[in-house]
Amino acid sequence: MQQAKPEIKLKLKHAQKPNGFSLDIDISLPSHGVSAIFGASGSGKTSLLRCIAGLEKADHGHIQLNETIWQSSQSGIFVPPYKRAIGYIFQEASLFTHLTAGDNLQYAIKRAAKFGGQPKNNIDYKALISLMGIEPILNQYPAQLSGGERQRVAMARALLSQPQLLLMDEPLAALDYERKREILPYLERIRDDYKIPIIYVSHAIDEVARLADHLVVLDQGRVTHQGKLADVLGQIEPPLALGEDVGIVLHARLRMRDLDWHLVELAFDGGALWTADDGDRLNAKIRLRILARDVSLTKQASAKTTSILNSLPAKITAIVPDQHKAFALVQLKVGNSVILARVTAKSAALLDLKLGDNVWANVKSVSIIR
Amino acid sequence: MGFMDGDLAAIWLSLKLASVVTILLLLIGTPLAWWLSQTTSRLKVLVSALVALPLILPPTVIGFYLLISMGPNGPLGQVSHALGLGGLAFTFWGLVIGSMIYSLPFVVQPLQNAFEAIGKRPLEIAYTLRATPWDRFISVVVPLAKPGFITAAVLGFAHTIGEFGVVLMIGGNIPDETRVVSIQIYNHVEALNYTGAYWLSAIMVLFALLTLLIIYRYQQRQSAIGMRF
Repeated sequence: MQQAKPEIKLKLKHAQKPNGFSLDIDISLPSHGVSAIFGASGSGKTSLLRCIAGLEKADHGHIQLNETIWQSSQSGIFVPPYKRAIGYIFQEASLFTHLTAGDNLQYAIKRAAKFGGQPKNNIDYKALISLMGIEPILNQYPAQLSGGERQRVAMARALLSQPQLLLMDEPLAALDYERKREILPYLERIRDDYKIPIIYVSHAIDEVARLADHLVVLDQGRVTHQGKLADVLGQIEPPLALGEDVGIVLHARLRMRDLDWHLVELAFDGGALWTADDGDRLNAKIRLRILARDVSLTKQASAKTTSILNSLPAKITAIVPDQHKAFALVQLKVGNSVILARVTAKSAALLDLKLGDNVWANVKSVSIIR
Repeated sequence: MGFMDGDLAAIWLSLKLASVVTILLLLIGTPLAWWLSQTTSRLKVLVSALVALPLILPPTVIGFYLLISMGPNGPLGQVSHALGLGGLAFTFWGLVIGSMIYSLPFVVQPLQNAFEAIGKRPLEIAYTLRATPWDRFISVVVPLAKPGFITAAVLGFAHTIGEFGVVLMIGGNIPDETRVVSIQIYNHVEALNYTGAYWLSAIMVLFALLTLLIIYRYQQRQSAIGMRF
């Protein structure tokens, strides 16, 4: 028998009756790491997730996780949601109100034990509740818990159902800023400690930039961009409609620490950047984000007359108009990495920026997002 | 005390009838209410109307049709004869059938409201945690709809106790078989035994009050008593 490639195959057409447009998707996602489905509200991303879970039946399609087919309209297969090895994390608190936090976890454990036919992940109960920091609250009812605590219990519960695939539907959207900051590290721990592929639906690009390895952009039910996170964020043809938030992600390593000035040097494939020392250890893998609006361009290397610390030699690989007519988006190649700059259209004209030009990219601000 | 032997027998018969009817109605009403709460079928409107019909119809109308259908040529009568059960009219089991129809909305509507109040989300969560539909019903729907079950049981029981018109039409007035409390009160009044009627009626008033107290205790957070008219 032919061995199927380990991947998540999603091919579906699904009419969205209330919104008046339909999902039309044909993609494969890697069956490891975090794949973010990004799009504005109403782009169909939640419907897509619900089709994967089987909570909605796609009108026509093929949904497959590795060798397991969950829906195949051609073969008349539709596996009901309770027979799919998924863990689903809903947007709002979704604990059973008639059970304590601990009994909510037991609910998943009991049913995962009975669930046959699929290999188990053997997620350890003790390790998980300490990882999620929910040990002290297991005897409480959901009504007694804060929003963040409820969401952590819901995440633990989803993992205890021993899923082969975790589906997260904007798990942070219903939380305020403080709760988001509280939950994000737990999401990262789940991603790093368990080798379960995650499909993460979100309309917040900062969450996506921080968590995702792979990015799919949906608009009106169609895929406009897909690929590795850094590649997609660096793409400007067609541009991602992110407005002020257009920017790229670089994978870097902490190479050097300057104790005198409290700075660290982050080396990426093509150069290095200095930024404020946040206490990461030497050689740590760092994910950093540079917004296009924080990058300015000069034709010559700046003399020491500027406050900007990071100036990188770059080559212009594309120029397109920005969403706002006053600006242009410039795609730059720095070594093997891509950086975006958002400059006024007027500056682009005055500097006479052209494809293939060698310029200096002056980076005003770099944020470490991991 | 103004109790007579016939009074105790009538009370006992009323309690027996109401218990049997409540248990049977919960068994039949639960799947019916669940279907009504989940379906998108166009039949829903028709079925809802049929379930609510006893709320509007005079009990004598229900009793009259039941009497006809329980007769030797009626459909219910023919079925019971074919099964070797004999006639249904003027028997305890005839009363059970009549009471079930009469009290149906008082069981189905609170259950349906309780099921609808649960919403879709808990059901979807149960599905994503590997609960089969049956498992999900027992482990999620029943506990979350508990106030609805209590209301349905209490209302079904109380409404059957208070039934008069249907009983009179299809049950008549046979001691230990169909002579329930409401009929006994009627008998007392007919015989000008006002003391007997007074005591039995007072018991009925207390019972009705107790019933409503239980319901309001369990329905504090839900509007009214889960009935729609």
